[in-house]
Order: sequence, then structure tokens, then C-alpha cells
Amino acid sequence: MSISSEMIRAILPEICLAVLALLVLAYDLVWRGKEKRNLGWLTAGGLALVFIITLIFARPGDVSTQLWGGMVRHDWLGYSFTLLFIFGAAITSLFAMEMELLGQKGEFYLLLLVSTIGMSLMASSADLVMLFLAIETTSIPLYILAGFFKQDDKSTEAGYKYFLFGALTSAVMLYGFSLIYGFTGTTNIYAITEILVSSDVSLILAIGTLVLILVGFGFKISVVPFHFWAPDVYEGAPTPVAGFLSTASKAAGFSVLMRVLLTVYAEPDVIPYWVIIVAALSVFSMTLGNALALAQKNIKRLLAYSSIAHAGYALIGVAALSELGIASVVFYLLAYVITNLAAFGAVAAFWRISGSDQISDYAALSRRSPKLALFMLVTFLSLAGMPPLGGFVAKFFVFAAAVKADLIWLAIIGVLNAIVGLYYYLVVLKVVYLFRSEEEDQPVPLTRPYTLALTVLIIGIILLGTLFGPWADWSTRAASALFLGG
Amino acid sequence: MAFPILSVIIFTPIITGLIILMIPGERKTEVRMTALAASFIALALSTWVYFSYDTAAGGYQFVEKYNWFPPLGISYHMGVDGMSTPLMVLTGVVMFTGVLISWGIDDRPREFFAFLFILASGVFGVFASLDLFGLIFFYEIAVFPMYLLIAIWGWKVTREYAAMKLTLYLFIGSVIALIGILAMYFSSGLSTFNMLELETAGFSPEFQKFWFPFVFFGFAVLGGIFPFHNWSPDGHVAAPTAVSMFHAGVLMKLGAFAALRVGIMLLPEGARFHLPWIIVLTLINVVYGAFIAMVQTDFKYVIGFSSVSHMGLVLMGFATLNGDGMLGAGVQMFSHGIMTALFFAVVGVIYDRAHTREIPHLGGFSRLMPLVAAAFIVGGMVSMGMPGFSGFVAEFPIFMGLWRFQPWIAIVASISIVITASYIIRVIGRVFFGKMPEEFVGHFGDVTVLDKVALVLLSAILIVVGVYPTVMVTMVESGVENILRLLGGA
Repeated sequence: MSISSEMIRAILPEICLAVLALLVLAYDLVWRGKEKRNLGWLTAGGLALVFIITLIFARPGDVSTQLWGGMVRHDWLGYSFTLLFIFGAAITSLFAMEMELLGQKGEFYLLLLVSTIGMSLMASSADLVMLFLAIETTSIPLYILAGFFKQDDKSTEAGYKYFLFGALTSAVMLYGFSLIYGFTGTTNIYAITEILVSSDVSLILAIGTLVLILVGFGFKISVVPFHFWAPDVYEGAPTPVAGFLSTASKAAGFSVLMRVLLTVYAEPDVIPYWVIIVAALSVFSMTLGNALALAQKNIKRLLAYSSIAHAGYALIGVAALSELGIASVVFYLLAYVITNLAAFGAVAAFWRISGSDQISDYAALSRRSPKLALFMLVTFLSLAGMPPLGGFVAKFFVFAAAVKADLIWLAIIGVLNAIVGLYYYLVVLKVVYLFRSEEEDQPVPLTRPYTLALTVLIIGIILLGTLFGPWADWSTRAASALFLGG
Repeated sequence: MAFPILSVIIFTPIITGLIILMIPGERKTEVRMTALAASFIALALSTWVYFSYDTAAGGYQFVEKYNWFPPLGISYHMGVDGMSTPLMVLTGVVMFTGVLISWGIDDRPREFFAFLFILASGVFGVFASLDLFGLIFFYEIAVFPMYLLIAIWGWKVTREYAAMKLTLYLFIGSVIALIGILAMYFSSGLSTFNMLELETAGFSPEFQKFWFPFVFFGFAVLGGIFPFHNWSPDGHVAAPTAVSMFHAGVLMKLGAFAALRVGIMLLPEGARFHLPWIIVLTLINVVYGAFIAMVQTDFKYVIGFSSVSHMGLVLMGFATLNGDGMLGAGVQMFSHGIMTALFFAVVGVIYDRAHTREIPHLGGFSRLMPLVAAAFIVGGMVSMGMPGFSGFVAEFPIFMGLWRFQPWIAIVASISIVITASYIIRVIGRVFFGKMPEEFVGHFGDVTVLDKVALVLLSAILIVVGVYPTVMVTMVESGVENILRLLGGA
């Protein structure tokens, strides 16, 4: 097998990430003590470089291609998501570098990069075996990262819990994969469909495999009823890791979910069934996520439930099943990743000074650090879906897709949930802006990595909400990869 | 392309807001001066738009159109007609006087003015938007800063409750309207959010009848329509003075205006079908609101419920669907906006000094602050619909329109004038005349020059429109013609 330049370009991001990971490993040996903090700059800077290289050189053509023996698909969907993961990882390393037990350890950055490689492969894998390996490559480093604070019981618990849930759901998903292989004799995602249509695999069996696979994907995107791990893990895991889990990892889950549903299960007989399943998952996630978020006292748990609800909103677009629907999901994830990273970044910045994640301790933050308070304001309003911020446009597209697909009931449930969401986001802002506290004369300084990362994210949120044209075009392009190439 | 004056008006406040946020928090005077300068620019430009609008030509003028997101037919499309031009000026006036009245805010004025200006941009944007996406976009920008403004700087006793109640009510309304808008977008088959094109979409009568309530009530919540008016008095009372002025003066018009523009103008068949019963709801607004205002003892609640009553008249004028009613409603939006801003300004300056708003505990303020008393009396006259003041110019056509629609509604609604007179006169008598309570004597003096400027400006506008109605009536008439054309063509 000769290696063409196209093949190299298809896995260029992964190659660069691997090189960067080795570089981090090498400098981890060179730098000592406090110097190791610079690994954060190295990782973030390196990732920025990888981002640019990927952006320029790994750009796929208009026609999707399948390479490396049908293992990898080089298309706009994978490309867009890969860029998103690299961005998320860069921001996460900036958030982490100021935390002593996290950012001054080389392993952290290494695991982060390996996990990013896995995600990037998840988004572009075209084969069930490859997909499973990619998911495991993503998850195993994340299990370790979640339990990174070895001295902290909660963090250990988080890592362990995440691992147990992950292993269980992976096993169920793998069982689903093996059944598909048994029925069709192939593991190539794009070949399965035709065989499923032509062979006489009964509808029940097809849907059965779908349900098994959805268990694994549902865990990755943390939708109800596979959400139980999320609040505990987010609460216990180091905050930057929780931010990474709730954004990049979730987006990776969505990318495979969309690809598998729209290719493997693209048979007209099967579609109505999974649309109902996805719509139901969406309704339960939104409703339960928002309802439980109302009662939270810990900001990370609140964000965990809110992220469950956001997975529900994004699923509306999947259930709408149209090019607009998938494009709206991609745009939603883009807005959500940027916004939620900012939310966790603000939480991390506050925790570094105060050592607390209780919402009540955020009292008088607007007096202690007007800048951080303003960042939180923008972030939370974007999560709530207020213009002129990214969250508004994202929700608008998703609801538009639902109305277009005649899922008006789903859109109405969605908007009602948005109101509940608004309530608890406002409650947090109320604490930040309104409440007084005894410590209000103690400032909460923002160090340079936080200011840099948060400023980038805030600008991103505002750009997504105002000049959303290019981003939406991009999302449409990524979505069309699933429709035209299928 | 001509000078994009509408965009300048719309973006001046929000950009100023962002600039203000960058000024260090301690430099409060700089913050205030910047705010004042920006609000003056917005006022001057909107006044200029008003006087250079060609009423003979009518239609949408100063139109600007840029692509925003072509695949979905979203454009940035601005333009004003005879209905919205007065409201642009209204917003400019309220913004300018609001800054003057809020000069004394000492707790984080930077954030206060920034949030207030973001809100103002949203309001300008809604009035000028000719694109449904733009309308809902700016509409929400106008809603959410209210929460912070009320919750942070409001009246300590009820602010958290009132702010949350208001925000949730308005947000529910706007998302329900959003669903209606999306339904219109997809069923029109035009794939455009452009309202001028959607006017010609020719929605089927069944579609219009089904979706009209979504859109109309979604927006009319902000117009304070019964039974969804409940958030409004609570919000008014809890809000700081400038925010009450904005809220009652401008934001409630936003609801009525959007209900007109999206509900009645785009779904005229639906309007014809539903408005006969909706007019009864507005009648309840008018009469019941006035009665409730009469029995309040809190000065600010009196004004708050009077707003519910007067906004009922606006919605009622629209609901008649005839030229007179629409004309009156159009003028009433402007007149009530200025009047209620004046009222809240007066309540604000009195509360700042007396630290109570209980009417029985107040008295004799005319001796200390004669100008404030005079201004309030002007506002009172407007409120009662006295000839010579703008209230007459507005209410007379509304009642004419009502009579043409259904005489008994006009008769029942006219009760409100009597009740309004009773509570206004009672307030004037108690608060401004009568004997000043012992504990107040010698404790405070007259209002500041800035307050006076604001009050004089507001009163002068009310008198000018009352004495020389042509200045506004021809303008609004040109806007009404366009609406009637749509209603006739349906």
C-alpha cells in the first residue's frame, strides 16, 4: 500500500498531536519544579500551532474520501470537530497551568493530548473497530484525569466512578458493534447500510443493536438516563478537566452519534424509530437536567446538570433529521463548547483563589473582581440563550430545525426548558452581582493564562452571536458531509 | 448608500455601554458624563430622524439592508415608518432624561449605565427592525438587562422577586412568540425573515387563526395585557427610577408595538378573528387597572397600575382595527411613554428625599419643589385626557374608534377616565398640597438642576403635542395607512 499525500493529510492533526505529546514528555524531563508550569504554555502554544496547521493543510476536498483501508474518513465533519477538540484542549491547558497539583505535572498535558488524539479519531473514523479504539483512547486518559488529585477523595471517587460507568457502557456498546458485525459481516460503517438494506435482518434486531450502541454514545454525551456519572464526576474532577469532559468529550460523542445514526441506520424503515428514541432522550435530558439543576448548591454540579440539559437541546436538532437539523447541532456544539469552557474557566479561576465551588461563596464577586463577574455574566447569559451571544443563535437554529421538521411539540418543550434554564442561570448571576459578603474587599485576581483564555472565549461567544454567518456556513458544510457522502 | 443613521442610533448606546465598562470603576463622574453624552447623541439623532421623515411619502424610510445570514434569509434590515418614528424619539427622550435622573446613583454606576444602555440598544433595534430575526434578537437584548437592573439597583424589599417574575414572564412571552415566528417562516415558503415580504405571503386563514394568539400574546405580555399584566406593577415598583421610566415608558410599548407589527400586520385574518374577544381583555385592563390604581396607597403602585390601564387603551386602539383607533393608539404610545416617564421621575425624586412612598405619609411638596409639582400636574392632565395635553390627542381618537367598533365598549371604557381623574387628583392633593408631615420639615430642599432639566423637557413635550397635535398626528396617520392597507388587502 503506497501512502498518498491525501492519506497523510487525513491524519495530519493526529500526527502533530502525537509529536506535541512527545515534545511535552521530553520537556517534562528537562524542566524542574516551578518551571513545569511552562508546559502549559508549551501545550497551549503547540496546540495553537497544530490548530493552524490543521486548518490550512488538513482541509478536506468537497468530496469525502475513505482512507487507510477504510478506517478513516476525511470529510468536513471530522475536520470541523477535530479543530474544535484542539481548541478545547488548548484552552483547557491554559486553565490548568495555574493549578499547582495539575498544571505542574507533565502527565496532565500528555494525557490531555492523547485524549485529544482519540477524539479526533472518533470524529473521523469510518469503521466500527477504529471507532471503538478511538473511544477507548479518548476515555482511558480521561478516567485518569478525572481522578488526578490523588489526595482528594472526591477526585479519586470521580475518576473511579467515571471509569466504572465508562467501562460498563463501552462493553454494552461493543456488544452492539459485535452484533452488527455478526449480521452484516463487515465493520465498515459505510458498507453496513447497504448490507442491512439488502439482507433480511429484521427490524427488531436492527433497532436492538441501535439501542445497545446508544448506551455507549449516551454515556459520552451524558443524556438521561446515562447521565448519573456526570454531576459526581464534574464535582470531583479538577475543574479544567471537568470543563474538558463537558465540552470536547461531549462534542466527540455527538460527532460519532450523528455519523453512526445517519449512515448505519439511514434505512427508511429504521429512521422513524430512532427519531422517536432520540426525541425522547432529548425531552428527558432537557427536562430532568434543568429540573435537577434548580436545586444545586455547588456550581460544578449545576453546570453538570445544565450540560445534561444542553445535550438535550442539541438532540432536538438530531431528531429533526434534516441538513438544517444537523447543521444546527454542529453550530450548537460549537457555541456550547466555547461557552461552557468559559463557564468552567471562570469557576476554575475563582476556585484557585477561594478554594470553594459553592454558589453562595460567589457572593459579591462583582465587587471582588468586576472583570471575572462580567465574564460570568456573558457566559451564563449565553448558556441561557440570550442575544447577542452564541447561545441564542444556537438555540434559534435548533428550534427552527424542529419547527421545520414539524416537531412543534418538541420545540415547545425546548423553549419551556429554556425558561427553567434562564431561572437558575440568573440565580447564579444574582449571587454574583447582588449579594454582599464579608470578604468583598478581597480581590480575586486573574492571572494571565485565565485572562487570555477567557478573553478569547468571550470574543468567540459574541462573534457567534452577532456575525454568525461564517460559522453557520461552516456548520452547514460539516452537516452536508453526512448527507452528500452517505 | 445614505448615512446609516438608524444603525448609528441603535449602536450608539451599546457601544457606549462597552466603553463605559472599560472605564475604571472609581471614576464615576466620567462614567456619567460619557453616558450623558451618548444619550444626548441618541436623542438628537432620533429627533433629527423624526423631523426629516417625509410624512407625505409615508412607508419605510431610512432603510438599511445588509445580508446577515443569507441561507436562512436573515438580513439586518432597518427602517422606520410613521408608527415607529415617534417611538424612536420616545426612546431617545427617556434615555436622556433617565441618565439625568440617575445621576445620583452611587453603587457601581458603571455597570448600571452599561446595562441600561444595552437595553436601550435593544429597544431602538426592535422599533427599527424590518426583519423578524432582528426583531426577536433585539427584543431579547431589551429584556434581560432588566433583571440585573432591577435586582441590583432596585427597591430592597421586593427587587429579587419582582426582577425574576418580570424576566420569566417576558421570556416566556418572547419564546412563545418565537415559535410562532418560526412557524410563519417555514409555512410561508419564502425562506425569508423579511417582514415586508412576509406581509405578502398570503397565509391561509386556518394558519392565521391558529398562530395569531401565539404571536400576539407572546408580545402583548410585555404590553401588559390582562391577565398577563401581573409582572408589570411589581416590576415598576421594584425598579430604580430610571429603569421604571424605561420600563413603563418604553419597554411596554415594545410589547404593544411588536404585537402590532408581527401579530396584526402579518396575520391580519387571525387578528380579525381573535381581536373581538381580545378587546374585552383590554377593556378589563383599562377599567380594572384604573380601579386598582385608585385603591393603592403606595405612590409608585398607583403609577404602576395606571400604566396597566393606559397600556390597555393602546392595545384596545389596535384591537379596533380601524383608522381612528390605530391613530389614537399610536399617539398614546408616545404620549403615555413620556407621561409615565415623568411620573416615575417625580416619584423617584420624592422617594429619594422622603424615603417613603406611602401617600398618607406624604404632603406639602409643592412648596419645596414647585417645579416638580407643576410637572406632575402636567402629567396628571395628560393622564386624564384633558384637551390641550397630548393625552387628549391620543385618547379622543381611540374612543372614536371604539365607538365605531362597538359603542358599549367605548361607554364602559370611558369609566376609566373618571377613575383616573379621581386617583390623579387625590395624589396631587395629598402629596403636593396639604400639610407637610413634621419629620420632613427642614430636612430637604428642592431637586437638582439636572432633575429640573429632565422634568421640564418631559412636560414640554407633553404640552407641545397637546397644543399642536399636527406635529405627531400626520406622522402616525402615515403609519396607520400602511396598516389599514394590509388589513384591507387580507
